[in-house]
Amino acid sequence: MLTLPPLPARLLAAPIDLNGPGHYLHWGVIQISVANLVVIGLMLIAFVAAILLPFPRKRGRR
Amino acid sequence: MSATEHPTEHLAEHLDTHNWTGALRRRALRELPPDRLLPDSQPAYMSSWIYLFGVLTVAALAVVIGTGCVLALKGPQWWHLSSLGHYVNSMHLWSVELFLAFMVIHLWGKFFMAAWRGKRAMTWMTGVVAFLASIGTAFTGYLAQQNLDSQWISTQAKDGLNSVGIGAYFNVMDFGQMLMWHIVLLPAAIGVLTVWHLVLVRRRGIVPPIGAVPPEDENTSEKEDRP
Repeated sequence: MLTLPPLPARLLAAPIDLNGPGHYLHWGVIQISVANLVVIGLMLIAFVAAILLPFPRKRGRR
Repeated sequence: MSATEHPTEHLAEHLDTHNWTGALRRRALRELPPDRLLPDSQPAYMSSWIYLFGVLTVAALAVVIGTGCVLALKGPQWWHLSSLGHYVNSMHLWSVELFLAFMVIHLWGKFFMAAWRGKRAMTWMTGVVAFLASIGTAFTGYLAQQNLDSQWISTQAKDGLNSVGIGAYFNVMDFGQMLMWHIVLLPAAIGVLTVWHLVLVRRRGIVPPIGAVPPEDENTSEKEDRP
């Protein structure tokens, strides 16, 4: 009988089931996993946000 | 002699001793005075999120080293078979993911800022070499997993690495050698390069955005070496 892990463990688990073969995208000679593409996309978003979002000002800066 | 001056300072200057400890101390104080090593203020242009990714990289590296030390102490049985071992092993993996992601965003920011300006070429190069050493450390970490993934990666990589002639010192099929590269040689290199990089950042100051004038240049006319 299949037993589920306790609720806290299920809540803390990854929202996507990562136990399986990865998904890959092919474009000519270029091949990249969806997971890596998502990470690169998140890094680009973080980079653009870091440049554009205003930083809270603190008094006393030169 | 002023009241705040240590009584032996005058004496040391006049004696002009030629021992290496005194010479090293004088050079360290000249190159990196305490107020530059541990400043209490920074230029206004540092108030940008993009300047945070360097310290985020260092913070992630601290977690990587800390969890790596725990894994080394407890051993593979523990990290493969116990819940806490799985947790610390995952912490090690995800802190490495964040470490490399933060470092790459830091690299993008500094590249587009041309951060090698103002005598900062060595700061840039120590960062570049630390980045390359980090890739090698991550790679040997994947080889040290002791699972099908590490076997697959090592057998895929061996021919390419042997063809460039480094197989004797970097044999990806030799688990012991790869583990030593991962937990001794490459972390030592990254540690030295990181400290060197941070000291250089303190010595030269953070790089100003293109077009901005550093505070020390605002009151002087010596702008030859500054952007």
